[in-house]
Amino acid sequence: MTISIEPENKKQESIQPKGWLKYFSFSLDHKVIGIQYLICGFVFYLVGGTLASAIRIELASPMSDFMPRDVYNQVLTLHGTIMIFLWIVPVVNGAFGNYLIPFYVGARDMAFPRLNAVAFWLIPPSGLMLIFSYFIDGAAQAGWTAYPPLSITTPQSGQIIWILSVLLLGGSSIFGGINFIATILKLRRPGLKLMQLPMYCWAMLGTSILVVLSTPVLAGTLILLSFDIVANTGFFNPVLGGNVVVYQHLFWFYSHPAVYIMVLPAFGLVSEILPIHCRKPLFGYSTMVFSIMGIVVLGLVVWAHHMFTSGTPPWMRLFFTIATAFIAVPTGIKFFNWVATMWGGRISINSAILFSCGFIINFVFGGITGVALAQVPFDIHVHDTYFVVAHFHYIVYGGSVFVIFSSIYHWFPKVTGKLLNEKLGILHFVITFVGFNLCFAPQHWLGLNGMPRRVAEYDPQFQFVNQISSVGALLMAISTIPFLVNIFISIAKGKKAGDNPWNALTPEWLTSSPPPVENWEGEAPLVKEPYGYGESITN
Amino acid sequence: MTSLDTSKELNKKDKGIEEGHEDFRLFGLITFLIADGMTFAGFFAAYLTYKAVNPLPDGAIYELELPIPTLNTILLLISSATFHKASKSLLNKKNNDSQRWLLFTALLGIIFLVCQLFEYFNLPFSLTDNLFASTFYALTGFHGLHVTLGTLMILIISWQVRSNGGRLSHLNMFPLEAVELYWHFVDGIWVILFIILYLL
Ligand code: HEM
Ligand SMILES: [Cu+2]
Repeated sequence: MTISIEPENKKQESIQPKGWLKYFSFSLDHKVIGIQYLICGFVFYLVGGTLASAIRIELASPMSDFMPRDVYNQVLTLHGTIMIFLWIVPVVNGAFGNYLIPFYVGARDMAFPRLNAVAFWLIPPSGLMLIFSYFIDGAAQAGWTAYPPLSITTPQSGQIIWILSVLLLGGSSIFGGINFIATILKLRRPGLKLMQLPMYCWAMLGTSILVVLSTPVLAGTLILLSFDIVANTGFFNPVLGGNVVVYQHLFWFYSHPAVYIMVLPAFGLVSEILPIHCRKPLFGYSTMVFSIMGIVVLGLVVWAHHMFTSGTPPWMRLFFTIATAFIAVPTGIKFFNWVATMWGGRISINSAILFSCGFIINFVFGGITGVALAQVPFDIHVHDTYFVVAHFHYIVYGGSVFVIFSSIYHWFPKVTGKLLNEKLGILHFVITFVGFNLCFAPQHWLGLNGMPRRVAEYDPQFQFVNQISSVGALLMAISTIPFLVNIFISIAKGKKAGDNPWNALTPEWLTSSPPPVENWEGEAPLVKEPYGYGESITN
Repeated sequence: MTSLDTSKELNKKDKGIEEGHEDFRLFGLITFLIADGMTFAGFFAAYLTYKAVNPLPDGAIYELELPIPTLNTILLLISSATFHKASKSLLNKKNNDSQRWLLFTALLGIIFLVCQLFEYFNLPFSLTDNLFASTFYALTGFHGLHVTLGTLMILIISWQVRSNGGRLSHLNMFPLEAVELYWHFVDGIWVILFIILYLL
């Protein structure tokens, strides 16, 4: 079969772009697609970050003087949607998943390479469409949650384009999820058992199960919402006898799992990074696996903790409070496992481990405020205030984004064969960590004192604290500079990294850097103990 | 697609067989159908919630007749059986029989769709009349879209199993198996839909 195609291949080989250009052309190579996800996600991160800066500039003063209020709403909506659907979800799943999972299971590519490429190429057009909706009739204004009736009554074109774009991104995410499940379960190298897989595989398996089970529900809901907007049906429109709470249930049935879709892969990545830089095995492998699966199951039945103020009946409040409290257990187990992994290890202080530690610290904080929010009496007080904003930014930024940076520092030598500059990396970490905490810690206070979220104007008594927060945001914006400088300088003239600069044991390091198209010359290595570090310390 | 990738993929596929991986395409399809089923589950959940908490306002009309959907249920169930016959025939290398069964299945699908449209035109309510009317059209419409797609795919594979030079044979069953699985899935959804929309 191969033989007949060979001559044609030779002829076409000249068309294949060389070097960096291959990241901008259609490719089926999982490594190229992974990097495409990362670059695309990062570009959208810069857009979303610019929008965030605009929000913080507006909020530096109590009146809406920087932009009109409806523009503020659009900026807020675009910021949230871009950060979630175009940056964190595609990067923690698509980018690192595509790059690493085939290595980890000992395969040469994903199970369905074509589907994989399609999933990626859905993203740039949907993202651009979303952004350009701003120039038509204004972008959507109803926030990333698109709650009706607001989403029905605000200008139509923006909201419809928003829905279309989120549907496409959801489709991309589902295709990706199917591919990951098939790759992890079906494409494993013979002889490799499930319980020998690196932890990121388990995280991606759990995440993909959530993607496959919950994203379609969001898609269906958004289709109904679009009918409400364009066809005058009344599914969610109370004026026409519809029920807004049904929208909330369906939306959160996706969007609570979605927060785990953003953070479970990050858990997995940290579990890869910590053992290597602490020279110790990952602590409690099987408890890690069970807590991931526990989070998957519980994550599907806690959604109504977002709806305690939506007329939720008492039994529902009780059930969802208890279920949410339970989810803190597996999450806590993972936290203790990471700390125990580091405990007594030979920790090398570098940018990767600093960002991972930053993640652990921030995530604990966000987890604690999360458990607090799950308590009905408390939540009724702070729901829809800045306390919630602070909570989830501690998770999605302090958690997922910190891990993305940690992973970039960790895997950059693999992808490029060059080392990143550690001084710039540490500078990046310090500015990010300080800026992040300065920006979001004060928001807890703002929320507790009653500043509502999602509004352009606020009571003047909150001005000073808001300005502190804005200074933090400024630092976060600045922190991108040393990062980008570092990336470009290192690609151009970074130190040669060698194949395995961290002396790691996981399979992606047991090949050249950058890896060949086939991932390995010859047969894939069989790694039964991906975390077999540290004999020299204990013995 | 670039050449390097082609050769790599072929290479990988060869390796895949060498290394003894089973065919996981069907597995991927099942995962996809689970996802698709969740979309329907969301719609059903919405409908049932409406039924529980949103009473029909005074004067609103929402009545369904049973004969057509019952006929449709029978049609789809038979079509599942005839599809099964088609794949049995292909397995026994009887391509012509297989093609005949497939065309018969497609015909049943088309009759189903015609009946569905006939029902639509004779209902005493329209899409925007009330919550239940909207949900009814959304659910049956979304299912009808699945039937339409399925029928098209059946017509395509019925062309491909032709005995002189078709792509499908007992050696290459996957496309037929995939469409068959999809068709059974769509039938199953209809049965649930029939119970929830018409009988409850
Ligand atoms: C320890 C686990 C967690 C608990 C108990 C928890 C609990 C909660 C609760 C009760 C709310 C609703 C607050 C309100 O709207 O009044 C909330 C909001 C939110 N949480 Fe968490 N959470 C947890 C972890 C996470 C994680 C891991 C993420 C993301 C990766 C996350 C992201 C969010 C987001 C985005 C919102 C706000 C949604 C919105 O209204 O826009 N949470 N959380
Ligand atoms: Cu939640």
